[in-house]
Amino acid sequence: MDTFAALSQGVMVALQPMNLLFAFVGVMLGTAVGVLPGIGPALTVALLLPITFKLDPAGSLIMFAGIYYGGMYGGSTASILLNTPGESASIVTALEGNKMARAGRGGPALATAAIGSFVAGTIATIGLALIAPTIVDLAISFGPEDYFALMVLAFTTVSAAFGSSVTRGLTSLFIGLSLGLIGIDLQSGQARLSFGVPDLLDGVEVTTLAVALFAIGETLSVVAAGARADEIIEPVKGSVFMNREDWKRSWKPWLRGTFLGFPIGAMPAGGAEIPTFLSYALEKRLCRKPGEFGNGAIEGVAGPEAANNAAAAGVLVPLLTLGLPTSATAAIMLAGFQQYGMNPGPLLFATNPDLVWGLIASLFIANGMLLVLNLPLVGLWVRLLAIPRPWLYGGILVFATLGTLGANPSLVELGMLLVFGLLGYVLRRYDYPIAPVVVGLILGPLAEQQLRRALAISVGDPLVLFQSPVALTLYVLSALALFGPLLFYVITGRKAPVGADED
Amino acid sequence: MSDSRPTSTAGPDKARFVIAFALAVLALVVGWDAWRLSGINTYSAVGPEAFPAIIAAGLALLALANAVEAVREGAQDRPRDEAGPMAWVLAGLIGQIVLLAFGAGFAIATGWLFAATAKGFGRGPLWGHFLAGAAMCFVIYVVFAKGLQLALPAGPLERLI
Repeated sequence: MDTFAALSQGVMVALQPMNLLFAFVGVMLGTAVGVLPGIGPALTVALLLPITFKLDPAGSLIMFAGIYYGGMYGGSTASILLNTPGESASIVTALEGNKMARAGRGGPALATAAIGSFVAGTIATIGLALIAPTIVDLAISFGPEDYFALMVLAFTTVSAAFGSSVTRGLTSLFIGLSLGLIGIDLQSGQARLSFGVPDLLDGVEVTTLAVALFAIGETLSVVAAGARADEIIEPVKGSVFMNREDWKRSWKPWLRGTFLGFPIGAMPAGGAEIPTFLSYALEKRLCRKPGEFGNGAIEGVAGPEAANNAAAAGVLVPLLTLGLPTSATAAIMLAGFQQYGMNPGPLLFATNPDLVWGLIASLFIANGMLLVLNLPLVGLWVRLLAIPRPWLYGGILVFATLGTLGANPSLVELGMLLVFGLLGYVLRRYDYPIAPVVVGLILGPLAEQQLRRALAISVGDPLVLFQSPVALTLYVLSALALFGPLLFYVITGRKAPVGADED
Repeated sequence: MSDSRPTSTAGPDKARFVIAFALAVLALVVGWDAWRLSGINTYSAVGPEAFPAIIAAGLALLALANAVEAVREGAQDRPRDEAGPMAWVLAGLIGQIVLLAFGAGFAIATGWLFAATAKGFGRGPLWGHFLAGAAMCFVIYVVFAKGLQLALPAGPLERLI
């Protein structure tokens, strides 16, 4: 009952004209960047952070959430028409979607993706609203040792879920953790790893790192690939409307995808990629015309797209209730909260209920906007795909440096952008995932804070970390995340079907 | 990444050896810093050196793990990256910093970045793109400085307004 009172209060906040405008701008921007190759929602939010610094917190956070949801929609458009997913959770959509587009059924593919995303997004957002208060109640009783264990779980799942091997994921994570050490230690006042450079005393800015890794690193790897990376756009032929058979074949995959995506996204297990792979495998098994799989089966678009969006909403559960980002975009959104001096977590529900519930309510609105906008505007999005790459990437770099200079007009900051950009290029070149670096930078200092708090309470006895049942359970889950793929390999003799990257 | 799946050939993967080595160096730096901090007396149960020490240990282990994987997986055939286009983009980024350092202002410096990036992606002429980029960045400067009160570096062009 309380939930509904709070949510209806949130709806009032979300329906304010200004906030509706923010949501609209967010979903338009999000769809555009989701469609464009090379920029995703994480980068866009990172670039907008310095610009929104002086705006109303609720409005900007609503816009960020709109970008996040919009990015998911846009990604599906790009993967269906271009066969190069705009963001990684759309990789599976490209498998069947692009085949459908080539067979002249691009319209229905886009439609089932859009409607499936809407269905999944709505159900998952209801799930978020229902489940969040329970987790908040639970989280209130968490001690610092439990929070530390929770962060260890986030670390391990993020490293195991992204990238082609656990070693690579952990390597990225530890690079991020090392970067997180830089600056003044708030408890003792000691400068760490700053080598006397004053600009380093404040630590590495999350936005600088994210913009460098995503924008500069991506640009460098695309330009280095040269003519290798040329793409063909499939024109949308025929009607964008689905016929009766399309509907009949789509609605069950939508629901199944939702129920796969939301729980996996909501667990501190990172990312929207895994449920899309699972949903694809499930639909392939259940489909009554298995021969169509691989040649453009509509189920193979409907299921994964729903899973993708449900997981995207699920990721907001640990972010809002525990302050735990499990994807790069969520990590940047956490930075967005922090720039207004707010920390997502159980306390935020008590101190800023209007903001939190306004944000959740605006997710419903964003979802509706996306459904209404996406199909009629498909022509516009397709035209975005046709921007010549020299101008697109030139523009991306202009905005990347603009965002960095806007946040901190210092040349050292630009130098760091360059250095981290090169790091991003090297990571991409040798198949190391990017997201764990960002998550490590933002969660590392928080984990250290909880660790030291726990040890301060126990007067330095490290056993306190393993005495709470909550923490123990979380460590077991962490171990499973790390060694799960290995177990899978030992038991079935096949490589675990994980491994995706970015956002 | 659109690279095709790399195939393995004989010998260890040199690139990942280099990465392993870099991680080992990073472990040493972080570990050295932790050691330096441990010498400073602080009044808390856990000092500022504890967490860095854990990370240094983790980095050292990962250096080993990467080296082991480099040997086990063998050398990889990665598609060759083109140095020329990359050099243009890097020249754009470094040039922007240098131009800003000499007070050229946001529009000129970022115009150069735009032109060099476009050149790297194979679109000339450099001169025309520089003019277009500088004009675009000048508009951006006006919007940001006037509309959002963000301080972007000003140069001779920006001081005209």
